[in-house]
Amino acid sequence: MAVTDPILSVEGLQTSFHTDKETIRAVDDVSFAVEPGRTLGIVGESGSGKSVTARSVMGLVDSPGVVHEDSRIRYHEPAFVQRMARRYPDRTRTRARTSSGPDPDAESNESDGFVTLEAFEGSGTDVVVDRGFVDLVAAPEAVVRAVRGREIAMIFQDASSSLNPLYTVGNQLEELLRTHRGLRGQEATETAAALLESVGIPDPHRRLSEYPHQFSGGMQQRAIIALALACEPSVLICDEPTTALDVTIQAQILELLAEIQADRDVAIVFITHDMGVIAQTADRVSVMYAGEIVETAPVDRLFDRPGHPYTEGLLESIPGITRRGNRLATIDGRVPTPTGDATACRFAPRCPKAFEECHAVHPSLVSVGDDGDHRAACLLQPTDEDEAGRLEYHGGESDGEVGEDRDGDSSEHHHDEGGPER
Amino acid sequence: MSERAARVEQPDERGDPLVVVDELRSYYESERLLGGKPVKAVDGVSFEIRRGETLGIVGESGCGKTTLGRTLVRLEEATDGTVRYDGTDVTTLSGTELKRWRKNAQLVFQDPTASLNERQTVGAVIREPLEAHSWGDPHSRRERVYDLLELVGLAPEHYYRYPHQFSGGQKQRIGIARALALEPDFLVLDEPVSALDVSVQAKILNLLSDLQAELDLTYLLIAHDLSVVRHVCDRVGVMYLGKLMELGPSEELFSDPANPYTQSLLSAIPKPDPSAPFQRLPLRGTPPSPRDPPSGCVFSTRCPLKIRPDIEGNHDLSRAQWEAIDRFREVLRERDLADVTFVERLRERLGLSTRFTPIPTVAEELLGDVSFPDSVEAALSRAVDRAAEGEVSAARAELADALGGVCEREQPVRHDVGEGHSSRCHRHLEAYADADDVLEGEDGVGGVLEGL
Repeated sequence: MAVTDPILSVEGLQTSFHTDKETIRAVDDVSFAVEPGRTLGIVGESGSGKSVTARSVMGLVDSPGVVHEDSRIRYHEPAFVQRMARRYPDRTRTRARTSSGPDPDAESNESDGFVTLEAFEGSGTDVVVDRGFVDLVAAPEAVVRAVRGREIAMIFQDASSSLNPLYTVGNQLEELLRTHRGLRGQEATETAAALLESVGIPDPHRRLSEYPHQFSGGMQQRAIIALALACEPSVLICDEPTTALDVTIQAQILELLAEIQADRDVAIVFITHDMGVIAQTADRVSVMYAGEIVETAPVDRLFDRPGHPYTEGLLESIPGITRRGNRLATIDGRVPTPTGDATACRFAPRCPKAFEECHAVHPSLVSVGDDGDHRAACLLQPTDEDEAGRLEYHGGESDGEVGEDRDGDSSEHHHDEGGPER
Repeated sequence: MSERAARVEQPDERGDPLVVVDELRSYYESERLLGGKPVKAVDGVSFEIRRGETLGIVGESGCGKTTLGRTLVRLEEATDGTVRYDGTDVTTLSGTELKRWRKNAQLVFQDPTASLNERQTVGAVIREPLEAHSWGDPHSRRERVYDLLELVGLAPEHYYRYPHQFSGGQKQRIGIARALALEPDFLVLDEPVSALDVSVQAKILNLLSDLQAELDLTYLLIAHDLSVVRHVCDRVGVMYLGKLMELGPSEELFSDPANPYTQSLLSAIPKPDPSAPFQRLPLRGTPPSPRDPPSGCVFSTRCPLKIRPDIEGNHDLSRAQWEAIDRFREVLRERDLADVTFVERLRERLGLSTRFTPIPTVAEELLGDVSFPDSVEAALSRAVDRAAEGEVSAARAELADALGGVCEREQPVRHDVGEGHSSRCHRHLEAYADADDVLEGEDGVGGVLEGL
């Protein structure tokens, strides 16, 4: 269970890409939260929507992609919320908080507010905020820009394309420090050098005057991390930050991220397809498939007792777990491109355990075992119910959707092309 | 064809070496006009690949494993040494002989997207090697392509499609079909699955092992993903800076690695088990430039088990002391290799500010908090003085003389450490076998190595 309140929470995130031919639901009703000093891992194959999720949070989804307006991306850092509440007093609303958490009904049908205060003193431009959040979907672009890079920073997979080859690493760091923190001249240079040193780049003053191509792959990734840390963000979103690196360098980068997290109490959302990396870095894991989270659990639980056949398949297909010479377990088929409402389990066509209802009922996330901390979206859960009971469980929560769309065409199209990622 | 038929009649021939590599060297010449050193991508590598086996080559990027693979199929010219294929030295083949031999040895590339021509249909892509070697007539070539499509698990209707209509895994199947078109005996697989998702990876690896059994293929698998190599390979070679550091049977090499480099590499793999302890990483930094490899053992600049010299007056330096010295020497090494312009050198001499932190300042930062025995202190301050005068190379030589030790002086020879298992490391010599003198009381590295 979360000991502290989350710093970033996402609820019902939907990101769609509209094309002439169809609407692709790259991210379809995804929810997660991450607390300061904790790491949430998001795993999935390419096409599962994990990168689009990250880009949605950062406000980096470009046309034809659209983040659905009912999605909630909430940033909870009190100092930032307070700044926004003072700057936009007429778009700030207050909300009661019940003992079991925020009361979802209390805010329905309210005006176009995007700052919500849950615990505060005073009002207007003198308000002192203890707890609250800024909704980044409803917020104006200027607010999103103030968050992006500064409050929530992102590290991309491909280090070489995240650095501008025409400017020295020093130029790029100092520019960032100037625009975001107002540092100039010698002060900016010294801060930049200190940042490079803090990510383990030796001889930082010399490195500042070098161009990205003079850095090795691992050093480039370190420089990227330095750039991401320049504004002292509270949340770091890492999208496959080590995939392009050698294992030895990967180990160094993972160690560096762990140190940074311990030092600065930063929350990390770690996106990867590598179960080994997830096992080593994450506190909690969410498994994504075709735009949905199909399982979420504390990391030990997920590896120990996966509750979804897809997670099982992912774990079994890792070479090294199976003995040498044995055939690797594979998952037949590929990730479908989700279009339209989900009217069935999107994994059913590839699932070794699928039964008839899997093609007719869309499973919702239900508890696996007795605590609510481990949840899976599978009609085989919860295991202590018989089949009819389980179906009721899933049907009950998604009744409306299933009923309305059942006669529609099958909403999953298999494409030869990869998913909407990239 | 006839060779294969002959082999089926004599199954006992399996296990004989098909490819014998002896002291192979492959250098890239310097881009500089004068005085540049060549990049020693592959530097004196010897091994053999037996018929029907899969030999894995692993190592960090830049270690020369791809150049090695490309040299074996003659996509790169060898600088020195021989590659005997079925008894023939293929490094000297040319003209029609070379063309005829090429049918035997094919390459599957890493990036399935980049290695297929986007403007050709899949049929044309796979047909191309057949046409280049005037294999059969147009009709039989087409039949052959259909057979190949089926062999790699694709459908006949894929013949007229274009590469962009396929997923990464399917593209890699096309690449494999193309490599198999001329019925080779030997395939070099250069990172065949590293661009693919795990579940797709598993399918391609299974396909490769099916094909090997069915067609009696011999593989050289180049990969940086050690778990893939462990799963697929019979034997594994570990490369570092152009040298083959260790070679042995796959299981033994993974469960009981002999070379410190292999040990470090294995300890860096993240284990898909959240309860496994997060182990301290013994490898610092990145591999040095292959243009200027370290003298002696190539791994000596990063080795956690490096043999330290005896210090005058029988002083034993602690790990912290050695680490401080190593870090300082690393800076000197980088400075020596950095492109310093004439103007910058002049400014440095005149004591004007440059983009470089002056060496005495660096020394103060890295060595200031640590105290050393007199003889070491003297060597360090001599080096700092030389470096401050701009003689960085001389400073490096000074420190190498005083504090280098055997690992920096001599190249380690190959030691047999088990049945068909060899490793290059001075630690295998009796005099240095006891690694405890550096590991004593250090839970870090010692713990890691015990855990392997």
